[in-house]
Amino acid sequence: MTAASARLGRRAPRRDVIRERRTWLSLPASYLVILLVLAITIAPMLYMVVGGFSTTAQLNANPNALPHPWVWSNYAAIATSSLFWQAVANSVVIAVVATGLAVTLGSMAAFALSRYTFRGREGLYVLFVAGLLFPLNTAALPLFLLLQQIGLNDNLLGVALPEAAFALPVTIVILRPFMRAIPGELEDAAIVDGATRIRFFLRILLPLSRPALITVGILAFVTSWNAYLLPLVVFTSQDHYTLPLAVANFQSTYTQDTARVYAFTAVSMIPALAIFVFAQRRLVGGLVGAIRG
Amino acid sequence: MARTQSAVRARPPRSRRVVRKRVELIVLLVPPIVLFLGFVIVPMIFAVWYSLYNWSGFGPLNDFIGTANYTGVLTGPVFHQALLHNVIIAVLSLVIQLPISIGLALLLNRRMRGRTFLRLAVFAPFVLSEATAAVMWYELLQPGGPLDALLKAAGLGGLVHYWLASTSLVLYSVFVVATWKYIGFGIVLLLAGLQGIPPELREAAAIDGATPWQLTRAITLPLLAPTIRIWIFLSVIGSLQLFDLVWIMTLGGPANASNTMLTYQYTNGVQRTQFGYGATVSVVLFVISVVFALAYQRYALRRDTAGALTRAVM
Repeated sequence: MTAASARLGRRAPRRDVIRERRTWLSLPASYLVILLVLAITIAPMLYMVVGGFSTTAQLNANPNALPHPWVWSNYAAIATSSLFWQAVANSVVIAVVATGLAVTLGSMAAFALSRYTFRGREGLYVLFVAGLLFPLNTAALPLFLLLQQIGLNDNLLGVALPEAAFALPVTIVILRPFMRAIPGELEDAAIVDGATRIRFFLRILLPLSRPALITVGILAFVTSWNAYLLPLVVFTSQDHYTLPLAVANFQSTYTQDTARVYAFTAVSMIPALAIFVFAQRRLVGGLVGAIRG
Repeated sequence: MARTQSAVRARPPRSRRVVRKRVELIVLLVPPIVLFLGFVIVPMIFAVWYSLYNWSGFGPLNDFIGTANYTGVLTGPVFHQALLHNVIIAVLSLVIQLPISIGLALLLNRRMRGRTFLRLAVFAPFVLSEATAAVMWYELLQPGGPLDALLKAAGLGGLVHYWLASTSLVLYSVFVVATWKYIGFGIVLLLAGLQGIPPELREAAAIDGATPWQLTRAITLPLLAPTIRIWIFLSVIGSLQLFDLVWIMTLGGPANASNTMLTYQYTNGVQRTQFGYGATVSVVLFVISVVFALAYQRYALRRDTAGALTRAVM
């Protein structure tokens, strides 16, 4: 309707008149506000990046001057430090295991909960959904106690498994309706052709669910990537530190060397921001979708 | 779209079908249920169990002390202080973050150049880890650091404070950083809500002579209410479990001036290896979250077509 009348072009001018009238902040003022917000959002991050090119002496003399000269040594030191790469590797291993498990097991559960009828189905679904009310941070200490019992303390799996478990609710909440919406005729046709339901799931339903699978995968990955309290409680040896732990630890170790801390912080932002730029539409869409339930 | 579960289906004999279905369900459901029970439900049961003991993390669990841990937590002035800080952060979010988010979402909903980029930029802090954001702001807020230098350069030297070292200011500094980190998420959520409002409604009212302010107040905001209610829910749950930002920037200090329930737990449970006591804090925090969630679901969310978080989308 809207698109059609706009394309006809007859009623379009009228619409524009109304659009102009119904705003209560003039356009220049809007831009001013937006620019201010943009500055507040971006400037701190940019400041870290640029500050990393200074020396600590320069920063002490004048925190807000541009680097003069620009030095690469802080970034070079990080790029060649095993501390940094070890943390990145740990973060990657944990996030990949957590994401893989959450997406695999979550899609299995979502399949069963969306395309089978059985007693207790809705109850089971509510149980999973209830997990949404219960953030990982709340359970960090109890998890530590459990992991100690089963010998997974100070072990990468000890962080990855709980993260996968806590990612299941949102995975199932997004996947179930998606799988439900795929027409039953497809399943019937596959079964008439002699496929089992499991085969239908693996060969037809999963490929069709790809957009939703990518969304839940990214959500699980980013959540795991950013987790702090659970790894803090679980890991005692620094060899296991993930990137968030390493950043915080680096800062308290090199308190006096401000420029290096800036550089380390700036570098540690890159992976998350890269994932974000690469996947922003799915990440934003997925979060909003999951939450608006 | 349509939920067509066609009645016509090729069917093997009934008994075999039933057995096969049962086997399939077991294969599909047992692994996720085991993972979920094992790492979400069981730890909570563990926490309740350990909370009844005086336990330092080593040796057998044999010093049963009943509800003494609960008495300790619930009557401790430091815990009250921590809880109060969580509540203050939640209330400030409601009173300050929410109106700003709504205002900016309304702005960004307009047709303007670079809108997509702006939305991305505002959302960017949300994807950083809280740890990174905390380290960054810790550096920016150091005495004589970048922010102070900026204020002085702008002739506002009088505004310079000990942002993280003043007991009267530190909680608000933390709140500002949390706002920086999370406001983009609220804006994106509200923008999605705004896009669900049919433009015809505003246009019709505008033709009838409503002013822009009336349009916003009488049409946009009421129709945005379900989204706002969900934002409030998430914001409160998030405020209750605030930890990373606070711990890295202030360790809950100075003198407990910025502690939260979880930093309290970390200090008194983990660092002092009083795990029974720490587990008690987990149980208390869990009960508070669930009570809030249920009450909110009952009194606020029930007005929406379906309770948020219990019906799914897409």
